[in-house]
Amino acid sequence: MKSALAVMWHRQVKEYLRNKQRLAVSLVQPILFLIAFGFGIGSNFSSSDGISYIQYLIPGVVGMTLLMSSTMSGMSLIFDKKFGFLKETLVAPVSRMQLIYGRCLGGATTSTFQGLVVLFLGYFMGFKIENWARFPLILIAMFFTALLFSLLGTMLASKFDDMQSFPSIMNFLMMPMMFLSSAFFSVENYPKILQYVVKFNPFDYCVKILRFVISGIETNLAFCTLVLVLLIGLIGALATYFFNKIEA
Amino acid sequence: MSEKNFAIEVKNLTKKFNDFVAVDNISFQVKKGEIFAFLGPNGAGKSTTIKNLTTIQEPTSGEIFVNEFNCQTQEEEVRKSFGIIFQDQSLDEDLTAYENLNYHAILYKVKNKEKKILELLEFVGLMDRKDDFVRNFSGGMKRRVEIARGLLHEPKILFLDEPTIGLDVQTKNFLWKHVKKLNKEKNITVFLTTHNMEEAEAVANRVGIIDHGKILIIGTPREIKEKTGAKNLEEAFLKLTGEEIRSERVDQMDRMRRHKPR
Repeated sequence: MKSALAVMWHRQVKEYLRNKQRLAVSLVQPILFLIAFGFGIGSNFSSSDGISYIQYLIPGVVGMTLLMSSTMSGMSLIFDKKFGFLKETLVAPVSRMQLIYGRCLGGATTSTFQGLVVLFLGYFMGFKIENWARFPLILIAMFFTALLFSLLGTMLASKFDDMQSFPSIMNFLMMPMMFLSSAFFSVENYPKILQYVVKFNPFDYCVKILRFVISGIETNLAFCTLVLVLLIGLIGALATYFFNKIEA
Repeated sequence: MSEKNFAIEVKNLTKKFNDFVAVDNISFQVKKGEIFAFLGPNGAGKSTTIKNLTTIQEPTSGEIFVNEFNCQTQEEEVRKSFGIIFQDQSLDEDLTAYENLNYHAILYKVKNKEKKILELLEFVGLMDRKDDFVRNFSGGMKRRVEIARGLLHEPKILFLDEPTIGLDVQTKNFLWKHVKKLNKEKNITVFLTTHNMEEAEAVANRVGIIDHGKILIIGTPREIKEKTGAKNLEEAFLKLTGEEIRSERVDQMDRMRRHKPR
């Protein structure tokens, strides 16, 4: 471990692995979604192309897990502001770019791990990975989805200082992203105007990529990937900009 | 450009927050190897000055040189030059004492880090607690970890922002004894802020008194006493700054502290 990037990554991962309680609690919500949607709606689900609902749902719930845990990883920046550790990193002779990307890569790593746990839990509900040769792609897709939302969470955490309002702001953002996407069911039956809104939801593109690599459900992969990469670039640049502006 | 024998040189520094002027066009120098104390009532601009000197805040106008490097254009060189002990704590409590120092050593590219970390832990008397989480430490112990951390990369300049607030007599004594020793043996320049006049009089070679963002006087404690006709530094301080009680501007940290979850 030599660089500031590595230090920030390492710290994020180490503290995550130490906190078993947080890990357990963070799995409750995805499990509830699996049960409610999987057993509840799954029985009434019929698909024309012979795909079971669980095959459709699991990538969505994995995506939701990534979305929530990575966005919330921005919270660690708020904690560091409050408990002072941020200052220690800001006076160090390292670039702020390394500090922020180290954090976000760390957040993305722990979220990906959490997503894998959900994927594994899906096995107990009859889910099967369509094509094991794609497993590296699954990891990459999960990681980049997580990176995008870690950057988003950290960008917002750079602007906000308040520990209490941050989670509610995040929920305010995440709920529409989750439900105005095809994470849990197809949006074909949504009113036209909402379908239009979905097109502007970054999370929907992530879900489509995950659904393709995990369950083999076709989508316009090249376009979705392009959108994801561009968004990572854009949000990454904005997050770096706001992080640079922090005065302790 | 900065002159050779100054550790810190401040030229016409002004720092504004919206329309509040925290530091108002101040200029001063600190010589290499000097212990310089910055005194002032609450909200006088002491911490803001330190934050500008240590590159955590950008000056609104003016120039600062630390270890002959420009704080705005050579930030990285400046940051390598100094160590700081912050006014409020800045450790990661979810890490052990050793881990806090280890991350610091990597950030500052300290060579031979294991050996130096252990030496410093020994020095601050925390060797047997090195693998304990900082959250289980008392205030004084946390301070000692911060002292060890501030010295780990062998800085040329040490900033101490109100370092003895809330410390017990033993830790205070430990801190000043070693600050003086380091100053003498390694010629480290020390820039400190404090409310404690006796402390300032005892450790500092020179003292600057700041109020309402302006420097009122700079000199050795003796010069200041002579100029103001006071018996001691405290009397001189009160003569210069008046006896009115000050309220401090609420900064970001305080605002956050108010939202502490219960």
